[in-house]
Amino acid sequence: MKTILEVKNLTMNFGGLCALDRIDLDISEREIVALIGPNGAGKTTFFNCITGIFPPTEGEMFISPPGKQRKSIKGLKPNQVTENGLARTFQNIRLFQNMTVLENVMIGRHCRMSSGIAGAVLRNRATVEEEEAVVEESYIILQKIGLSEYVNEFAKNLPYGAQRRLEIARALATEPFLLLLDEPAAGMNLRETKELDELIVRIRDSEGVSILLIEHDMKLVMSLSDRIFVVDYGKKIAQGKPEEIQKNPVVIKAYLGEDFDA
Amino acid sequence: MITLPEIKKSFFVSLWFMFLTFPIMVVRVNPIEKAVEWRWKNLLLVGVGSFLLSFVWRYLFKRKEAGKKKEEAGYDSGAKSFFHIILAEPKIYKPFLIGIAFFALAFPFIFSIYQTNIMTTALIYVMLGLGLNIVVGLAGLLDLGYVAFYAVGAYSYALLNYHFGLSFWLALPIGAALGAFFGILLGFPVLRLRGDYLAIVTLGFGEIIRIILENWNEFSFGPSGIANIPRPGFLGIEFSLQGATTFMYFLMIVLTLFTVFVVNRLQNSRIGRAWIALREDEIACQAMGIDKTKTKLTAFALGATWAGMVGVVFAAKTTFINPASFTVWESIIILCIVVLGGMGSVIGVVFGALILILLPEYLRAFSEYRMLIFGAVLIIMMVFRPGGVISSVRRTYRFEGLTGKRDKTGI
Ligand SMILES: Nc1ncnc2c1ncn2[C@@H]1O[C@H](COP(=O)(O)OP(=O)(O)OP(=O)(O)O)[C@@H](O)[C@H]1O
Ligand SMILES: [Mg+2]
Repeated sequence: MKTILEVKNLTMNFGGLCALDRIDLDISEREIVALIGPNGAGKTTFFNCITGIFPPTEGEMFISPPGKQRKSIKGLKPNQVTENGLARTFQNIRLFQNMTVLENVMIGRHCRMSSGIAGAVLRNRATVEEEEAVVEESYIILQKIGLSEYVNEFAKNLPYGAQRRLEIARALATEPFLLLLDEPAAGMNLRETKELDELIVRIRDSEGVSILLIEHDMKLVMSLSDRIFVVDYGKKIAQGKPEEIQKNPVVIKAYLGEDFDA
Repeated sequence: MITLPEIKKSFFVSLWFMFLTFPIMVVRVNPIEKAVEWRWKNLLLVGVGSFLLSFVWRYLFKRKEAGKKKEEAGYDSGAKSFFHIILAEPKIYKPFLIGIAFFALAFPFIFSIYQTNIMTTALIYVMLGLGLNIVVGLAGLLDLGYVAFYAVGAYSYALLNYHFGLSFWLALPIGAALGAFFGILLGFPVLRLRGDYLAIVTLGFGEIIRIILENWNEFSFGPSGIANIPRPGFLGIEFSLQGATTFMYFLMIVLTLFTVFVVNRLQNSRIGRAWIALREDEIACQAMGIDKTKTKLTAFALGATWAGMVGVVFAAKTTFINPASFTVWESIIILCIVVLGGMGSVIGVVFGALILILLPEYLRAFSEYRMLIFGAVLIIMMVFRPGGVISSVRRTYRFEGLTGKRDKTGI
């Protein structure tokens, strides 16, 4: 299968703290990959580096979008990364709270629209059609994610689980080929987590996107992922299939502490 | 019920007020007779007045707190104010609007030149407020140097007319373009700053422009300013003073309507949405593919465009400009208009401008207490209606079925 994201030697230093230490990672087409590790391991920092929020200290990052040339995304601004087809959600929910659910998704469509100031003021045919299309497209995305009942609600009034799913819907609206989910199940109950599990598989199958997710819920990780990368103190300590990771003594040790003898 | 502790509290409040106002309300030095007047009656008035007002204040405060609790408990509709109910009901606001339209049309024919002039000034501030509203209210960028772009517009007409005899109608778009140009020029370096830092830098920029105008005599004629700026002509008609004033007034009405139209359309567009999202959460916004710098710059430049345009009108209206018209105070007033009226709300800003500009004019009767009342109104407003007179209830995009028919409700 074709590799769509290659990260090589990614290093991120915050002053003296080495949050990421020479991480290599790759994702193939339609693959679900999990990035796990104890708290403070550097997982979110990894997302921030590839999405352009932090410029990495060292390392290379390449994407090969389906049907397009391989290119480096190092040094791109966050919005350019998104335009190139990487979309993400946030660990601490970052919805536009005072906008409606529909509007949140419409913001996601922003980078796939083109009308400018003149269009906004003159409200010519092309603009009106584009706006109408965006409303419909956004609604269809909400239907897929199972949020259509909330379409006209303000984001802040949504239950927690629905807010997490709205973040996914918003990210999908940018038409990504790779979806980066930062702890999508955090704060969800068992039923919601199970629904999320199904949702992620469904997104992969229907949209044909690859998914890289950070998650602490091991049950979800083991059932979803094709491959797992484990980081601890900024270093990659293991990678492989779920069954291999489950048995890996280094991973067990990282999770349960130094004193534990496997 | 009024309880004893409340009376005690009010008593101390009134004591405190008497102490505070003692130097201005009681003592008056009469320099001619070289005597000090003691106006003890005023002290009594302040004491009793503040004692009673403190009860009113407490009552309003309690009501506000109760309202807030209700809202937190989930009674959403409780937040709807009197204005919003009126504005949501076409049956009520349509006749109201028609009434206002007729009043506006008849205004210069009913009232004196003086009144018409004041109204024109108020409309100038309505436009400035709406322009700044794009920057502060919609995009959330605190700009304290807005008046600089206003100055750019005014001086571009004055100077172009002085040197090249350019007419008002040609200067209007040029002033707007120059405003935009300066907006972009300033915006590029400063828009990476946030909140208070941006405020400080724009404040500095506003002062720099004013100081340049004040000191660069060869260019701007310094503090003595530029006089004899022609009023706008219209199809070659020579206006009398009365006619010119009336024409200026109607010109401002048209420009204001144009501004309301444009701002409304911008608000409900792809760019307007991006501004609001940017105000909500910058990082999420960028992660959604919105170019932060470009979007902010658009807002900043558009705001500046409006200031430039209004500047040209201002120069034409007063026929004389000098740097004293473009002090920080002006920026603050315009900002007050936006904040007091209701950030992001077009009707709110219109109201805010009318209140803030007309109030001091009509308070002239109270001469020395004018600014005191003005300040008190501002403080009371901000305590009891922090969202502004008519806080912004944004039109939200609503989905009404997959037919492509989209309806927008709200105000
Ligand atoms: N902007 C920053 N400046 C300085 N240090 C940072 C910054 N962001 C993260 N760090 C540090 O980098 C390390 C990794 O943080 P990160 O948020 O990536 O962990 P994580 O794996 O996502 O943890 P969690 O599971 O708790 O979300 C932590 O020690 C953190 O304090
Ligand atoms: Mg994290």
